Amino acid sequence: MSILKDEFPVAAMDFVAAGEASGKIKRMLKKLGVNINVVRRVSIACYEAEINLVIHSRGGKILLEVDEDKLTLITRDVGPGIPDIPLAMREGYSTASDDVRMMGFGAGMGLSNMARNSDRFHIESQVGVGTEITMGFDL
Amino acid sequence: MKIREILRVLDARLVWGEPLLEEEVATACASDMMSDVLAFSKEHTILLTGLINPQVLRTADMLDIRCVVFVRGKQPNQEIVDLAREYDVAILSSGWTLYEASGKLYESGLKVE
Repeated sequence: MSILKDEFPVAAMDFVAAGEASGKIKRMLKKLGVNINVVRRVSIACYEAEINLVIHSRGGKILLEVDEDKLTLITRDVGPGIPDIPLAMREGYSTASDDVRMMGFGAGMGLSNMARNSDRFHIESQVGVGTEITMGFDL
Repeated sequence: MKIREILRVLDARLVWGEPLLEEEVATACASDMMSDVLAFSKEHTILLTGLINPQVLRTADMLDIRCVVFVRGKQPNQEIVDLAREYDVAILSSGWTLYEASGKLYESGLKVE
């Protein structure tokens, strides 16, 4: 039985709203009394994931599930998919446009930063279908 | 170092954040790239940046950053001020460049832990 389960839609290219879902999740976790160091790691990983959904995907959602001993964040999008995951994971590699860089993103640190901040990180992607990232955190 | 002192060292203008002036900060992070701030910043840091958009405040919120200094004389618009108030983040505007502002704070004792 999970303590909390929720999902948050994320629209493609909506820079004004980008980060709102992560902010909501952060406040929910603080209210639940989750350890602040864990909240910080979840917030960073979630925000990176949300920014990725906004700048790279055709839209998607973030699913949050909190159990007694672990927290799971899943992002699921509807494409375009990542052709080469090891390359996408490499620090400094980015396919972001100049517009995205003007916003302060697209340094090629997102996926590796998600992996670094989570206790478990799994990514699956199929070109033309979509990408699913699962991040686990111990509580 | 208190935010009040940062305001003085950087000859900055307090755009919003009167209730936060006595908050203590341990270090600073200077970058126009929010991706790098997310990947490299430490706890209890302030953020110095020449980038001015709502994502700067959202990044600050995610990292529990209590003070953002906009350098090169940049003035935040009302949308940014509203977000600062909502997230409880002090915002300062300083005429110094990113390099100069960083140097002044470092010289005043705000080092990297």
